[in-house]
Amino acid sequence: MVSFNVLVTVALLYTIVLFAVAFYADRRALSGPSRWLRSPWTYTLSLSVYCTAWTFYGAVGNAARSGLEYLTIYLGPTLVFLAWWWLLRKLVRIGKAERITSIADMISSRYGKSPAIAVIVTVLSIAGTTPYIALQLQSVTLSVAVFSEFPSGASGGSDLNATAFWLSVGLALFTIFFGTRNLDANERHHGVVTAIALEAIVKLVALLAVGLFVVWGVSGGVAETMRVIESSPVAQWQPSPSRWTSMIFLSAAAVICLPRMFQVLVVENSDERHLRTAAWAFPAYLMAMSLFVLPIAVVGLAVMPVGANPDLFVLTLPLELGQEGLALLAFLGGFSSATSMVIVASIALATMVSNHIVVPIWLSTRAGGASMSGDMRQVVLLSRRISIAAVLGLGYTYYRTTGGTTALSAIGLVSFAGVAQVIPALLGGLFWRGATRRGAIAGLLVGFGLWIYTLFMPAIGGFPAAMLEAGPLGIGALRPQALMGVQDMDPLVHSMFWSISLNIIAFVVVSLVSFPTPMERLQGASFVNVFERGEGAVASTGGQAEAEDLLVMAQRLLGAREAQTLFQREATRQGKIGYLPDPTSDFITLLERELAGSVGAATAHAMIGQINGQASITVRDLLAVADESAQMLEYSSKLETQSRELEKTAGKLREANAKLTALSVQKDAFLSQVSHELRTPMTSIRSFSEFLMEGGIDKALRTRYSGIIHEESIRLTRLLDDLLDLSVLENGQVVLNIQRASLHDLLDRAVVSAGLNARETAGLKVTRQGGRDVQLRTDTDRLSQVFINLISNAQKYCVSDQPKLAISVSHSQGGVDIDFVDNGTGISAKESSVIFEKFSRLSDQSAAGSAGLGLAISREIMHRLGGTLEYVPGQGGAAFRVHLPIEAN
Amino acid sequence: MSKSVLLVEDEPNIIEAISFLLERDGWTVRIHAQGTEAIEAVERVSPDVVILDVMLPGRSGFDILRDLRNDAVTRDLPILMLTARGQTKDRELAESYGVSHFMTKPFSNEEMLGKVRELYAASVAKA
Repeated sequence: MVSFNVLVTVALLYTIVLFAVAFYADRRALSGPSRWLRSPWTYTLSLSVYCTAWTFYGAVGNAARSGLEYLTIYLGPTLVFLAWWWLLRKLVRIGKAERITSIADMISSRYGKSPAIAVIVTVLSIAGTTPYIALQLQSVTLSVAVFSEFPSGASGGSDLNATAFWLSVGLALFTIFFGTRNLDANERHHGVVTAIALEAIVKLVALLAVGLFVVWGVSGGVAETMRVIESSPVAQWQPSPSRWTSMIFLSAAAVICLPRMFQVLVVENSDERHLRTAAWAFPAYLMAMSLFVLPIAVVGLAVMPVGANPDLFVLTLPLELGQEGLALLAFLGGFSSATSMVIVASIALATMVSNHIVVPIWLSTRAGGASMSGDMRQVVLLSRRISIAAVLGLGYTYYRTTGGTTALSAIGLVSFAGVAQVIPALLGGLFWRGATRRGAIAGLLVGFGLWIYTLFMPAIGGFPAAMLEAGPLGIGALRPQALMGVQDMDPLVHSMFWSISLNIIAFVVVSLVSFPTPMERLQGASFVNVFERGEGAVASTGGQAEAEDLLVMAQRLLGAREAQTLFQREATRQGKIGYLPDPTSDFITLLERELAGSVGAATAHAMIGQINGQASITVRDLLAVADESAQMLEYSSKLETQSRELEKTAGKLREANAKLTALSVQKDAFLSQVSHELRTPMTSIRSFSEFLMEGGIDKALRTRYSGIIHEESIRLTRLLDDLLDLSVLENGQVVLNIQRASLHDLLDRAVVSAGLNARETAGLKVTRQGGRDVQLRTDTDRLSQVFINLISNAQKYCVSDQPKLAISVSHSQGGVDIDFVDNGTGISAKESSVIFEKFSRLSDQSAAGSAGLGLAISREIMHRLGGTLEYVPGQGGAAFRVHLPIEAN
Repeated sequence: MSKSVLLVEDEPNIIEAISFLLERDGWTVRIHAQGTEAIEAVERVSPDVVILDVMLPGRSGFDILRDLRNDAVTRDLPILMLTARGQTKDRELAESYGVSHFMTKPFSNEEMLGKVRELYAASVAKA
């Protein structure tokens, strides 16, 4: 028997070799492109990460239990690689064009970089992968147990748990060391990939060696082996079509969707052309892996004692037959299978957890996350490292809590089924432009939920037996393994049927009824039509920014002085005073940030990228630029609107100002007029009263001067009365005293009040016509005031040898017109426009004897009485028309 | 020959008051009761002193003043301007045109007589 110590030593030595290979490959990658690092063979071998301990040990166990069913696990990927290699090419092409870092990134990117989708897929991946990691840990510990004489499958005590623990720690260290050495933009890990490729060779050689030994060393040749197979119970096995179909579908989906498969297939791919080799070489590898599964299973069943775990035949068969060296090789093969899966899976998961969960949270907790230079890298690396440790810790915990002896392949299929839930969203997104973010989220959540309910929870014993039997709360239709009464179905097939079909329905229906955002539309188009872009950038050429070009651009955007200062400061820092600075990545980052301040982050990134020659502008960049431009346009149109409004307001203010100025001029003119009207009589009064006070003036003059003083005092009083009257009328404070009266009587009284007698006046001769039958209901005093004013105006201003005034009344629309027409010279058109203004006396004021407020007051009165007063031109002399409405009743 | 005053004024009562005041002091007072043709009146009468109202029918006293000052014959004629509006800018305008004295209504008789005498004395002294 190989001692436990020898086993551990071999495992350690092997691990050291892996470290050395990985380290060497990383060194070679740094020093430049290496032929074998970028060989299609390395790529093809790295794909063998598909074959885990589950396939290495479990396939034989599966064959021993279920006959040829194990072949489905190989058939699915083979079909994909042989028949659907163009789908893989599309994935790889998109992965490069969009710089995809994980399956979660791929799907969320397709649906407009939706963070929700990224998180869902990440969680789904963790849920699907964690049991699988536990499975690998278990397989290694079981294989160790075989060697260390513990009864296989029994609780191995502290030593076995310690094995699992130290294995986890070792894998975490390896993964952290080689998986997060640097933060490569395209996430390639040369060291890891090379080590995986080496492990692929080891596990193939180990399995082939055991197979050859069994066929020729035990059975004694091919023919003999065939005979043993014929006679074994395995030959009696009948395939179940539904289970076969489900499993082929599952494994086909898994080879694309499993996080570790996506990692090696898409993310780690360095050249699209490698797929051509892998398209036939990988199926060939799978075939070689499956070649001896059946013979080993059959011979194992025949040779091993009854009750031996067929999952470990690969290991126990050589041991049983005393081939310890071969057993050690088989152990290394199983070890390789387990470790390569764990390493790649934890890198892939850590990338997702870090990119889609940790970093977004970290960024959102930092106010203004603009500074993404050096410290950002450290944060991302740290979060990756912690994530790797967490993923492995999760796997270990899972192993410790559920670590039983459940058949290895069962849990593998559960994982496959979980991860397969992303297939509708992924393939739909690649080939159907109508697929939307909401549709993808709906499909993912429905599929994920059903998978957990119908497969995952029952598989890990998460539901009590009663619930499985009778359904939750006794509702039979909701039995996890018999939804809607669909019974007697294989649990796997049942779960696949419900989860995938409802997933697809939710995805399609919600996609059809929801509308994609512009970002989704563009991303959708660029995913579906990825081949129309021409041959994508196969490899980046490396940033060769021309300092001069950068300076020219910076000057244009920042202004000459500021740009030069920036460049000079950088040159000084680099110790290149007087020269242009080298376009180091730090400097370019700094410059981009400066430019972002003036043109927006997306534009700055696109411009720098253009000059730097590092990246062609992606649709995403353009879209972001368009967004920024739209914002700027919106902003400027807002400004325009504002300035228009300001202009309007300014116009209104100017208008108001002009009005106020005009009012102020009017007020000045009015005050000036009032002053003149008051000062003129006061001048006479003062002058004559001084003469009287002096004395020595004869009686006749005394009488005369006293008369003038008296007359002027009356004039002053009248002026003040008029001013007050007008003020009251203009302010609308006048109280009307409504009375009934005959218009004829009112006119009679007005003529008398004006100091005239209709029949016998020497000066103005007044003639009357009409108005006898007109009864008025109005403020008769005010109306009389208007009449008197008009009559006395005629009296004062009518220039004629025989002055006459004709007053005629006529009915007009809804009222009466009273016309006052004299036979004087009239008023010119120009003057008639100002006669109603205050103090607008036209001719010699001495004749007027009043202040020129009469017409202004009269018009105000008519306005208050609801009528009008206007000058009627072309009537021979001056003609005024008073219009007064008469109430119907 | 007695000293003469041309009074350009349209208010009859003020004409009567100023005429009485000056004639009693021995002046010959000529009247021109409107703004129009005031220049012609000045040329015809060639008074020793002119008393000029601002608000006149037909033509403003300011215009008349400006024309008189622009004419070589009347450039140095003593002109006393009377206004009932009494605004500062009127005084400034009159002074810018070269008025000899600006007086607001109402005035005291003593002030008026004193100013007319003073203006006459000054013009005689100059000549």
